[in-house]
Amino acid sequence: MAIVIPDSSLHAPATPPPAGTVARLPASRSYWMVVLRQLRHEPVAMISAAVLLLIIAAAVFAPWLAPADPFKASMLRRLLPVGSPGHLLGTDELGRDMLTRLMYGGRLSLLMGVVPVLAAFGIGTSIGLLAGYVGGRVNMVIMRMLDVFYAFPSVLLAVAIAGALGPGMSNSLIALTLVFVPQLVRVSESVTTQVRKLDYIEAARMSGAGALSIIRVHVLGNVLGPVFVYATGLLSVSMILGSGLSFLGLGVKPPEPEWGLMLNTLRSAIYREPLIAALPGAMIFMTSIAFNLLADGVRSAMDIKR
Amino acid sequence: MLSYIFRRLLYAIPIALSVTVVSFMLVYLAPGDPLNAVAPADAPAEVIEALKSAYGLDKPLPVQYGMWLLRAVQGDLGKSIASGREVAKEVMGAVSNTLLLAGVAGLAGVVVGCILGALAGYWHGSLIDRIATVLSVVGVSIPHYWLGLVLTIIFSTRLGWFPAMGAGPGGSAEWAFDIAHLRHLVLPALTLSVIPLGIITRTVRALVADMLEQEFVVALRARGLSNRAIFRHIAKNTAPTVLAVAGLQIGYLMGGSILVETVFAWPGTGFLLNTAIFQRDIPLLQGTILVLCMFFVALNLMVDILQPLIDPRMGRA
Repeated sequence: MAIVIPDSSLHAPATPPPAGTVARLPASRSYWMVVLRQLRHEPVAMISAAVLLLIIAAAVFAPWLAPADPFKASMLRRLLPVGSPGHLLGTDELGRDMLTRLMYGGRLSLLMGVVPVLAAFGIGTSIGLLAGYVGGRVNMVIMRMLDVFYAFPSVLLAVAIAGALGPGMSNSLIALTLVFVPQLVRVSESVTTQVRKLDYIEAARMSGAGALSIIRVHVLGNVLGPVFVYATGLLSVSMILGSGLSFLGLGVKPPEPEWGLMLNTLRSAIYREPLIAALPGAMIFMTSIAFNLLADGVRSAMDIKR
Repeated sequence: MLSYIFRRLLYAIPIALSVTVVSFMLVYLAPGDPLNAVAPADAPAEVIEALKSAYGLDKPLPVQYGMWLLRAVQGDLGKSIASGREVAKEVMGAVSNTLLLAGVAGLAGVVVGCILGALAGYWHGSLIDRIATVLSVVGVSIPHYWLGLVLTIIFSTRLGWFPAMGAGPGGSAEWAFDIAHLRHLVLPALTLSVIPLGIITRTVRALVADMLEQEFVVALRARGLSNRAIFRHIAKNTAPTVLAVAGLQIGYLMGGSILVETVFAWPGTGFLLNTAIFQRDIPLLQGTILVLCMFFVALNLMVDILQPLIDPRMGRA
């Protein structure tokens, strides 16, 4: 894992960077601004971001934008084909409007993609910082305990935890978080361990800085970058796994609209209306590919090798 | 070299043990009393007590774990609550089906991924490079359970080339190497192979492109070696990394197959896990996860031991 070279502008915004840097990066205030600036020159990443924003907006504003009630079923209007009058994307197996349900479905599906990664980001980075900074025996105990999680294939671990806790959305969120925490601990621990040995940390310690302020001021800035990049890569994994748990019946419960669950309940329709049966999965695919391409863009903007 | 293998084997023991602990603890993760599954809700107290001692639930946790482990080592994983049959028997049949599916899919994904990645890395920026790049992004982004559904729609309901469900004609769960069974394998294996395909392509492409710029390759060229000879050097240098990634990926397929098995009604561990979870059949859940994870640990061990055999530098570390 590459270390982000401590950037003077990050740690001491007051001191002006050397003249050469100023010429190349005018008006850049912080490291993250530079990344954002870089990202703007990546067309694929920008298109992905636009697609994601559209999907997120459709999900967030579904109550105002959606053409129908996501729960209103109709026995007479079951499995209408795509393009039917009044139902742009047809209806599902219970006669509910597909477009509406796809828009509403994004809410829970996106939640399943983002929440576990965010939670694991917080928990994993904290544990990794602790293990890496304290080092020694504490590090060994923490890292050996995490090795146990690596003895499980991730999908199996998620299914096992969700299965044991019992079906339900919050349980699948917990399961997914537990799957990602060890990975993020590993990334943040390895960077922290590398950074901790650098001279400027020693200098800060000699000048009397406490452990917490050293971590906050000097270590965190280096660790956040790589962990952030790794976490963005997990977003699509989390989406696919989360919707997968719902597909298995372990996550969101019917009649709540969620892409994975819709994919499952529409399975019987593959003979009559294959296009409709495939739609929820296409949404998962589109979102996860946008997440991945954006993550790739962020990675190359931050110039971190995989 | 021998000491490396020995150390690695030694290291696998605590890992394997902790896997058994986690599998065992799953029961206590589950809400409610484990007895709820066997005892009626209105059972009198003495019946509950008798059941408790019969299942060993009145003993302290570590003792229970010890008893469970001792029996598990001897191949006794208890009885399924739902079917009353022995868990070990049910799991073994299902695991062999899952391993077959994961093995075929993994092998296909790794082989195609290596070829594609090598070509893309060699002709950097070419058409095939672009195809490989797109394919690798699609491979890691696609929800494979959805891909399975789409393949079913195209190749099964529309074209009628391959059966959509089961592992053999007439719902047979016993695998046999004949045309009828192989036809059932095509779609699930194809679906599952996309997972390693994307990552292997990406890895190999980056490795080969990186390697081509190394000085030793330039030196080989300067010495007048043919492309084929240079390729041999590159292959040898990339092999350990590719092996590590491939091993991990094939291992993940054992878990990833759960979803694909559900789509294709493949009689493997996915089906078993589903039954176990929804019927709250904890012994079955425990047994399935334990056996799958043991295979995963063994696979990782194998990769770790094979790696220094290819690249002797690793064994000395």
